[in-house]
This record gives sequence, C-alpha cells and structure tokens, in this order.
Amino acid sequence: MEGFLSALLLQSGYNAALVGIGAALLGIAAGGTGTFIFLRKRSLVSDAAAHATLPGICLAFMAMVAFGGDGRNLTGLMIGSAASAAVALVLVDWISRETRLPEDAAIGAVLSVFFGFGIVLMTVIQTMTSGRQAGLESFLLGSTAGMLFNEAVTIAIAGAVAGLLLLLLHRRMTLVAFDPEFAATTGVDVRSTDLATMGLVLVVTVIGLKVVGLVLIVAMLIIPAVAARFWTERVDRLVAIAAVIGGVSGYTGAAASAAYPNVPTGAIIVLISFGLFAVSLAFAPVRGVVASLYRHVRFQRQVHLRQGLLAVARGEPIFDGLTLKVLRFFGHIRADGVATLSGRAAAAKALRDEARWEVARETHQEDMSVARFDGLTAIEKVFTPDEIAELDRRIGDRIGVVA
Amino acid sequence: MGADFVQFSLTPMLIGTLAALACALPGNFLLLRRQALIGDAISHVVLPGIVVAFLITGTVAAWPMMLGASLAAIVAVLLIETIKRLGRIDAGAAMGVVFTAMFAGGVLLLEQSDTSSVHLDVEHALYGNLESLIWLEAEGWGSLFDWAALSQMPPQVVRLAVVLGVVAGFIFVFWNALKISTFDEGFALSLGIRARLLGFGLVVVTAIAAVAAFDAVGSIIVIAMFICPPAAARLMTDDLGRQVAWSAAFALASAVFGYVFAGYGPLWFGAAGSVSAAGMIATVSGLILATACLFGPKRKRIGAAREA
Repeated sequence: MEGFLSALLLQSGYNAALVGIGAALLGIAAGGTGTFIFLRKRSLVSDAAAHATLPGICLAFMAMVAFGGDGRNLTGLMIGSAASAAVALVLVDWISRETRLPEDAAIGAVLSVFFGFGIVLMTVIQTMTSGRQAGLESFLLGSTAGMLFNEAVTIAIAGAVAGLLLLLLHRRMTLVAFDPEFAATTGVDVRSTDLATMGLVLVVTVIGLKVVGLVLIVAMLIIPAVAARFWTERVDRLVAIAAVIGGVSGYTGAAASAAYPNVPTGAIIVLISFGLFAVSLAFAPVRGVVASLYRHVRFQRQVHLRQGLLAVARGEPIFDGLTLKVLRFFGHIRADGVATLSGRAAAAKALRDEARWEVARETHQEDMSVARFDGLTAIEKVFTPDEIAELDRRIGDRIGVVA
Repeated sequence: MGADFVQFSLTPMLIGTLAALACALPGNFLLLRRQALIGDAISHVVLPGIVVAFLITGTVAAWPMMLGASLAAIVAVLLIETIKRLGRIDAGAAMGVVFTAMFAGGVLLLEQSDTSSVHLDVEHALYGNLESLIWLEAEGWGSLFDWAALSQMPPQVVRLAVVLGVVAGFIFVFWNALKISTFDEGFALSLGIRARLLGFGLVVVTAIAAVAAFDAVGSIIVIAMFICPPAAARLMTDDLGRQVAWSAAFALASAVFGYVFAGYGPLWFGAAGSVSAAGMIATVSGLILATACLFGPKRKRIGAAREA
C-alpha cells in the first residue's frame, strides 16, 4: 500500500512518474475521443484500428532494420502502426459502403485479417538474423517497465496534440454525432469530420500501443465514455467526465502497476476503468440501476396506495398483499384491515379527487395539463385552489341534478 | 507427400480445417443477424475462462479448460445483454466494455498466478500453436489404418471432429427455424418458434466452436473464420443454403492453403523456417474475402447497381 501511495504521489522514481503522467494524458485523450465514436455508435471501429496496427509495427521494424537503423525506435514504429491502422479504417469504410456487408462484419474481417497478417510478419521477424529480438510482443499487451525518457515524451506530446485537436473539433463532432443531416445543412462536412474523428482514434491508438497494448486500447476508448453516459445528458459534460474517468484510470493504473509485482499496466488500467463503469452503472442518479429501482418501487407504491384508498372509500374488500402493506405503512388501516380515521379521510379525498379529475377531463378537453392525468399526480399540482373550487361547484351541480 | 507429410503436416492441416469449418458454419447466421462481432467477443473472454479453470483445477487438462471457457462465454453474453438493457447502451459499446474488461481480468490473473510450470500464456492464447500438433507416431499413410498409431494422434483432431459434428447437427436440425428467425423474427414467433431461445442456442454453439478451435489454433484465427468465409460467401449468392456451402468451401481453402503457404511459402522465397500457420490462414481468408468484395457476383446491395 505504501508503495502504491508513493507511486500515486510521483515519489517512486523518475521513470514511474513519467509513465504515470503519460498514462494519465493517454487516458484523458482516449476518454474524450471515445465519447464521440460512442455517440456515433461506432465504438468497435476503433477495435479494428487497434488490431490493425500490428502489421504496421512489424513492417516498420523490418524497414528500419533493412536501412540499418535501430528497429525499436518508437517514433518509427508509431508511424508504421498509424499507417496500417489508417489503411484498415479506409477498408472498413469501403467494405461497408461499397458491398452489401454490414459494418460489424467489415470490422471483424479487417481486424482479424490484419492481425493474422501481423502475426505472420512477427514470425518472419523472429527468423530474421539481423533483427535483434525486438520484443515486439510487448505491443500486444503494452509494457511500461522499460520505458525510456524520450518515449515518454513522445507519448506526452502526442497526448497533448490529441487533446488540442479534440478542443478544436468538438463542436463539429457533436453536431455530426447527433444529427448528420442537420450538420450537413449548416455547412459541416460530415465525411471529413468523421475522418477527423477516426484520425483522433488513430492518434490515441498509436500512443496507447506502448502503454496498454493493441489488444486492450479499445477499452480506453469505450469504457470511460460508456461510464460517463450514466452521469449526464449534456455532451460537453460527457466529454469532460469521460476524460476524467480515463485520466484517473490511466494514472492510478500506472501507479498500481509500478507499486505491485506482476501487475501488467494495460490490464490494470482497463480493470480500474471497468470498476468506475460498474460504480456508474449502479449508483449514477437518474440512469443508474439503484436510482431506476428506487423510481420503480416508488411508482409501485403510489399505484397501490391510490387503488387501496379508492377501495376503502367504496367499501370494497382488499385482497392484494402489497396494497394492504402500503396502506398499513401510511397508517391508513389497522392491522386487522379496518380503516383508521386518517385512512377514511385520505380515502374520501382520493374519491373526491377522482371525481374532480372526471369533471376536469370534460371541461378542460383542450388542456395539455389534463392530458397528463395518470391517476397519480395530485390534483393540487395541476390546478390552482380556485380552479379546484370551480370543479367542486360543478360536481355539486351535477349531484344536485341527479338528486 | 510421404511419411514426413503425414507426420508433420497432416494433423495440423486437419485440425486447422476442422476448426475453420466449425467456426464458419455458425458464422453464417451470426453474419446475417448482425452479430458478427459476438465471435470476436467470445474469443477474447475465453482467456479468463481458461485461467480460472486452471486456477481451480490446477491442471491444463482439456475438459475443465473447455468448460471454464464456455462458462466465461455465457457469462459474457449475459453481461452484454444486462448492460445493454440496464444502461440503454448500444450493442457495440456494451460488447466492447465486457470483453475488454474480461480479457484484462484474464491477463491480470495469468500474471498473478504461477503458470510457469504449464504452457499457458497470452501469446499462445492469441495465435495458438498449430504447428506443434504433429503426429510423431505416424510412419506413413498406412498409419491411418493402424490403431496403435491412430490412438496417439493429437487429441484435438477427435475433439474438433466431435464439435464440428455438434455444430453441423445443430444447424441441420434447426435449419428451418434458424432460417426463419434470422430473416424475420416476428414471423418466426408467430409460427411458434422460440426465436430468442434459438438465438441463445446459436450463441452457445458459437461458444463451443470458438472454445474448441481456440484450444488448437488461438483466438485470432477463430475470429477470422467466424467472419471472413461467411462474409465472402454472402457476396456470392442470395440463397442461404448455397451461402453456407460457399462458406464451408472458403473455410476449407483458407485452412489448407494457409497452412501450405505458412509451411512451404518461405522456402519458395528461399528463406529458411516457416511463418505462423494461424496467421497465414487468417490472411488467406482475408484475401478470399477481398477477391469476393471486388468480383463477387452479389457484392452490391440490392438496388445499388441500378442507382449507379
């Protein structure tokens, strides 16, 4: 625990601090970018891009070795991976536009074929005599253990660039995510905006290679956005919350990985963000599971209370267990089922309100507020006291006519 | 094509083919139901299932592994459904949340537990080790009729043959129901077909195929086989029966040519050694799909040709 705390406070050495900051920046960029592909319902396109980086990494390695350079130069590998991921994105787009195959099939096909081809290239590299055993496998699941200073700086700069692009583009991307047709009529080029979004995904993926690895980077794009969706209905807040969730997961994940043995960085970052997602799913107000459950129970009790009171007022017997329980809870009936004084008063009021609503529906036929009548809204919430008095007068008239 | 071939190439090729077929057959229905990525999700969650099974039983025996992996697949599918319903999240994102988190859990468990004594690692899970499934006891084609040698065959051959039988049997028995519920679920329900149960059954069969194939060839080839052959077949015909037949043919071709290219291809270029067979099989299936995308007779959407 002490090690974890000191890692959190950037006290575990220079390298660990670098990795922590890099992972946090990556998380922020990924969370923000992921929000837009999530809103566009294209989350898994990024999975295709991520897996498709593998052949690019291998080809870049081979090219750099062939020209006599160091095959492990991170910048070179990043450029290679970005190129092959871009090819993959173009292919997914082309397949789903030009053939009858749906987008999910295009994603799966491109993802698996590129990855398979990457594996082939990787085995070629393993047999190359000139290529130093490059440890390209570390890009599969990420590895921050031996990160160099200039690698961390590269990641930090790329993360900052991604954040800046996000700031510049977020209005257009919001428009396109919610209403592409409207965006087009206001002069926003939908295709180029989509391309820019994918470009951002590409940048995040490529930065993420070293930290979380290509198999899991898609999680950093998807999970924060999905978790943030539970907390708000506004896009700017959604982006901010997703960025915070991504940043927090990246930072604490890197710290945990530095502090404990055998904790792979990528996996722990993903699991922390999944934990934040689970908390959001359960406890977020309005959209969370607990909140919906509470709303459901409250609604159920309201219905049973009203039906129970009407039954009491009409002198009908009540058999439903829940209705009896609710009435007893509010003190409207005694344990033996006989109505109390307050119960009879409430029942009379419920019956009266029922009659008032009936009159109100006839007299206020054009009125939207009456259309809202669901049997549960208190009449005082819809009508003013003098309106209610008017309703009572009409009820009185009617009783007068009948009698 | 002598004894060497039987010893070193016959069984991997056979296993690759059986795995490819077992995945491609249910893949047809997944593709048409817009569930193509379920195969992707399942093949990722197989890893935590296997690791948990190993931690509980302490062995890498096949059956506990397969049971663990199948359970993990079912848990994943239920979780995806739950998140989709509870959070009103679209299917792709829900899937992305679940399978990445479960895969990460598997990786973490694997690193935390002592698996140095057994052959269990992430790379193996991703791209398998088809080349190692050789049949050393074979002495030539005659060994195919020699019971003693046959019993020493890699067990994956029999296992995958059984799984292929189960998959093919499921599709054969429920052919009409699957066909109707895939194209028109409402109509299927009105006929009294329990479409949702059937859909779940399809996912379970998919999981079984994925797990069995995964054990032999790794997850990446599984995803490729679920999607590429059926997708290519979809571009060849409008008839479901023919589509399934095409997909089987494509799967067969991918497995055989992929294995041959991987084993002998580098020699043709004068290089020593061989490349990953699983990767090459996926690559060949991709090339087949690319060809179908460019030249398949039914590659366009209906109506698109007239517009153009």
